[in-house]
Amino acid sequence: MSVIYILWLRELKRYTRSRAQIVASLGQPLLYLLVLGFGLGPVFKRAGNGNYLQFVAPGVIGMSVLFSSIFSGLGLLWDRQFGFLKETLVAPVSRLQIMIGRTLGGATVAVIQGMLVMTICLLAGFRPVHFFLIPVAMGFMVMIALLFAALGMAIGSGLQDMQGFQLIMNFLVMPIYFLSGALFPLTGLGMVLGYVTKADPLAYGIDGMRNVFGSPMAAFDPRVDFLVLVVVAAVFIVFGAWRFNKIEI
Amino acid sequence: MIRVQNLLKTFGSFTAVNDVSFEVAEGEIFAFLGPNGAGKTTTIKMLTTLLKPTSGNIELDGLDPQVRQNEARKRFGIVFQDPSLDGDLTAAENMEIHGVLYHVPHKLRRHRTEELLKLFELWDRRNDQVKKFSGGMKRRLEIARGFLHTPRILFLDEPTLGLDPQSRNQLWTHVKKVNETERVTVFLTTHYMDEADRVAHRIGVIDHGKLVAQGTPSAIKEQTGTSTLEDAFLTLTGSTIRAEEANAADQMRQFAKMWSGAKR
Repeated sequence: MSVIYILWLRELKRYTRSRAQIVASLGQPLLYLLVLGFGLGPVFKRAGNGNYLQFVAPGVIGMSVLFSSIFSGLGLLWDRQFGFLKETLVAPVSRLQIMIGRTLGGATVAVIQGMLVMTICLLAGFRPVHFFLIPVAMGFMVMIALLFAALGMAIGSGLQDMQGFQLIMNFLVMPIYFLSGALFPLTGLGMVLGYVTKADPLAYGIDGMRNVFGSPMAAFDPRVDFLVLVVVAAVFIVFGAWRFNKIEI
Repeated sequence: MIRVQNLLKTFGSFTAVNDVSFEVAEGEIFAFLGPNGAGKTTTIKMLTTLLKPTSGNIELDGLDPQVRQNEARKRFGIVFQDPSLDGDLTAAENMEIHGVLYHVPHKLRRHRTEELLKLFELWDRRNDQVKKFSGGMKRRLEIARGFLHTPRILFLDEPTLGLDPQSRNQLWTHVKKVNETERVTVFLTTHYMDEADRVAHRIGVIDHGKLVAQGTPSAIKEQTGTSTLEDAFLTLTGSTIRAEEANAADQMRQFAKMWSGAKR
């Protein structure tokens, strides 16, 4: 238990000490929120879909949680060769404990990041139906964070070089984001795009938040959102642990 | 303390370590020398449970590291070729995490941390982030950390790579001191023959995965009829430069150098 705790604490300390990085990581969500939020707002309204800022805010929150959590796992690439990972791998503790500590740490940081972006959304004019629903939305952030931290861990365990990292970034992380319906409604899409978006776990996380916040154009039942996230997260955690166990340095 | 018998490791058709046998006595400093790609790091990885041997036996303090992995791990400390500190954390925090990972009780952890950081002249900087440390300081911290759980064996994989002569000298002085006071067995690799000559009680020379000589530095010089260990080494391993392809780790090392301004 103390092993998991200290590895979790380590991730938090690293996060709070990299102030410049925190500010930098808020740049991208801010850009999406303000440029798209206000830029696409009039078109969205004319199409009769309501307020775009209300719609896109959960998407932008989901995006920051996605990036932050999946990067915590992909960081294994660097950590394995030049970082702290080896130190933990030769210690007399099980790999599972190390993996859980790191995943929980990465997920916690991602949720904090999501809360920061949510605060910015509120400042920009985003209004949930009730403020007491924020903790429920946080529950969805936690699910997204755990799911993608575990996926990042699974992928990061096998990454060998920087090129592989680029590949994952362009062919996995960005598609997960763009196909999640963070920026456009998932209703009334063509058949192919409809299926692809339904296979994207982030879609359910963002949709769950839309349901909770009362944003327009939510696509699924919130119970479906929750169930899908729980199942996929459980599968990814097991998968991540299995892959992490196979790391050779 | 370390007993290796007929150790073999193959990667596909390539034999990295070929039928290597040696013993290291308790309290001894043993230097493992060899050109790049000779099998030094692969051997260390097998000794420290990071890699499974294809065949052969290893005993660390009487334990088979394959069978009783966690007990074996408690008995050694290791300093890797590449840094393994967390630069965002302070020196004291790096020690703290190590103590928790090795189940060192809280009180003892505090006590040992203070003792070791003072010994390695890092106590005044204990609350500074490690990324602000010089290459030599980082190395010293890694060695101090390796001693925290009072191991019986310390593995050092090219610990002085990239350090200036002052830092190297200081580092070996510390290692020798701990070797004497705590009777820790030291197993090291290095490319600096003068260091091996000065520090090691016994030396093993490995080339193409095979152990080509072992004995005290003077015995090896005598055996080859040379006056310095460097000459002896070249006589044993030849003077051709080993063609070694840069692997992913080397490429990343290059990248790391670029970004960190080659601090190490």
